[in-house]
Amino acid sequence: MKRIMSGNEAIARGAYEAGCTVAAAYPGTPSTEILENTALYKEIYSEWSPNEKVAVEVACGASIAGARSICAMKHVGLNVAADPMFTMAYEGVNGGLIIITADDPGMHSSQNEQDNRYYAPHAKVAMVEPSDSQECKDFVKYAFEISEKFDTVVLFRITTRIAHSKSIVELKERCEVGVKEYKKDIEKYIMIPAHSRVKHYEVEERLLRLQEYSNNCPLNRIEWGDKRIGIITSGISYQYAKEVFGENASYLKIGMSYPLPDKMIKKFAKAVDKVYIIEENDPYLETYVKSLGIECIGKEFIPICGELNPDIIRRALLPVKEKNIYRVDIKVPSRPPVLCPGCPHRGLFFAISRYKDIIATSDIGCYTLGMMPPLNVADAMICMGASISAGVGFKKAAEKAGRDSKVFGIIGDSTFFHSGITGLIDAVYNNAPIVTVILDNRITGMTGHQDNPGTGRTLMGEEAPIIDIEKIVKAVGIKDENIRVVDPYNLEETQRAVDDAYKAVEPFVIITKQPCTLIKEVQKRRFNMYCKVEDERCKKCKACLRIGCPAITFKNGKIAIERSMCNGCTLCMQVCKFDAIEKVGE
Amino acid sequence: MTKSILFVGVGGQGIILASKILTEGLVKFGYDVKMSEVHGMAQRGGSVTTQVRFGEKVYSPLIGVGEADVLVAFEKVEAARWISYLKEGGNLIVNDYEIYSMPVLIGQEQYPENVIEELKSKVENVKIFNAAEAAQNIGNIKTQNIVLLGALIKALGLENLDWEGIIKENLPEKMQDENIKALKFGMNI
Ligand code: SF4
Ligand code: SF4
Repeated sequence: MKRIMSGNEAIARGAYEAGCTVAAAYPGTPSTEILENTALYKEIYSEWSPNEKVAVEVACGASIAGARSICAMKHVGLNVAADPMFTMAYEGVNGGLIIITADDPGMHSSQNEQDNRYYAPHAKVAMVEPSDSQECKDFVKYAFEISEKFDTVVLFRITTRIAHSKSIVELKERCEVGVKEYKKDIEKYIMIPAHSRVKHYEVEERLLRLQEYSNNCPLNRIEWGDKRIGIITSGISYQYAKEVFGENASYLKIGMSYPLPDKMIKKFAKAVDKVYIIEENDPYLETYVKSLGIECIGKEFIPICGELNPDIIRRALLPVKEKNIYRVDIKVPSRPPVLCPGCPHRGLFFAISRYKDIIATSDIGCYTLGMMPPLNVADAMICMGASISAGVGFKKAAEKAGRDSKVFGIIGDSTFFHSGITGLIDAVYNNAPIVTVILDNRITGMTGHQDNPGTGRTLMGEEAPIIDIEKIVKAVGIKDENIRVVDPYNLEETQRAVDDAYKAVEPFVIITKQPCTLIKEVQKRRFNMYCKVEDERCKKCKACLRIGCPAITFKNGKIAIERSMCNGCTLCMQVCKFDAIEKVGE
Repeated sequence: MTKSILFVGVGGQGIILASKILTEGLVKFGYDVKMSEVHGMAQRGGSVTTQVRFGEKVYSPLIGVGEADVLVAFEKVEAARWISYLKEGGNLIVNDYEIYSMPVLIGQEQYPENVIEELKSKVENVKIFNAAEAAQNIGNIKTQNIVLLGALIKALGLENLDWEGIIKENLPEKMQDENIKALKFGMNI
């Protein structure tokens, strides 16, 4: 049967067909849908883990127990998970183990543009790279086989265009491989120095065998065409190269990209007149090809920064025919993403924005958008969980400098569970009088509403205990009098909490509680709630615009609220001094 | 010959669903298809695009500047933003509909006034109409995406294929009638 599938759906399908039984991940664009799809197959136990390190560790444990297992993450997630991966590379596997890294060239929704192919040589694990959805599915099966045959972790590297593009996939039945027997083997599974010293030799020897395999495996293949140009490429870049050169070149398409097939590369280079390396971001292939003493053309023409596309390749490597491009003489206004209408984070940001001297260290999630005008709240944002710890650092440095900066670290519920807890422990332990704001909207918002330890449901749809953030905060050592739990739709209450926090001289925590406006049940519940402007009373002072709700417009000299967008959160109403905004519905 | 279609608009307008229905249909009718969509941040009121390429054999899921056979803009300023992607002589379909972005709402930037005239004066093959209003008349403004899809199908000359069947396969029953009406309306513009 043929189906149109995204790369992520196809990976999940591949895991299903290959008899995978355990999958774990923390959501992160562009990898999120992999686990959302494994969860649809009841044969695969699928979980959202609190963070990527935990996800890899769950998969490692499952592999040791004998199960084929996968874990998935976005590129920066692998930084969090690198620790277990590097040691599991020594331990090897029992059931096949795949770690998926979804890189984001072009940074469609990421904080940096790292090329995770370098993780494979660094950790000394095998790596595969599919170039479309069909290969996503097929390569998962190969990856499990490689993992079990060579006793290695396999890094499975995709990019945004692979993850989120759809193409045709041929479906097959599931092949039940079961869960292998587990035999106690402390020399393999307990990495005390005495064992790991031995293991390192095995790892090096394994890499040689893997390289032999790479030279002869079906994942790497040569497609002969015109031999004047020979293109070495992998992943999505292969599709772009084909689009541009078609039959006018020969290709060495690399599907197993660590270890790289040295003999195959030499053979290919010898047979063509000129070697081009077409790859996105870093010169990973190019550096290797050059190390073999082969002359090639690559990054001097193909850019390192940003996402690649056929047009860039064409302009870089072929004589340019200038096209006529349509242009209009209009100044197109920008359209940055913003907090949604009715977003529960808005009240908190509005309250903070009243203080011009607050330093806000922000985190990864929707609430990063609080940095946008008109709210303009956020001074720094680094990575998951860093809001609180960077806040501690900022505060300590400011104290040293004799500056009296008030620092607010702002983090979401899911991010708090991910890696915010340790930062809060640091703040308490080292007595950093910062304010931690935990925006609890009962969901993992930015990635599209995944469950987390606070939502009361698992990825497989089962009921789960709800982890109580307030209790954690208390357990960590924040004093009762330094905790405020507020409804961010209530501006007065929220403002009072921010005022108290501003004056506090000890570590302080504000928890805002109000579910994300996009949660289906919330939308249903609030369907008939909205606010409207009474024109006669409106003085057009535009105070309501300062909260930055996209449902409020100022068009043709009139303030109006777009009924279809408004969810009746009443924030604008609370801001209006002239009682010109009224609540409608219940 | 590979054909390339670029959908542009604003998060929440149903762009992803429209491109999904188109893609499902094209696969069903025997084409090789690649579709690429944008996720994440862009959905929070930001500018959204999806791309569909189809033909006998398709390699790249991406459309370059000056390469789209059809540009379907769900919002008129988005047409102006993406116009450079339209191939010379290609078809431009525009929903004559405004959605203000935050910088416009708070008065930091201006929403341009002459978008439609400007587009008409620069591009030969344009079809501009208010799909949102048409959808509202049909009974649900949310079907504006399918109205636009209908107009696209006509521009591609694929009206003879069974799109009603594809809609039925891809939408829950209670939404089918409205959407089929919307599709037909779009195809007749
Ligand atoms: S009540 Fe006001 S602030 Fe809240 S969603 Fe409606 S318009 Fe926006
Ligand atoms: S705050 Fe009230 S009076 Fe001022 S513009 Fe908004 S609705 Fe009108």
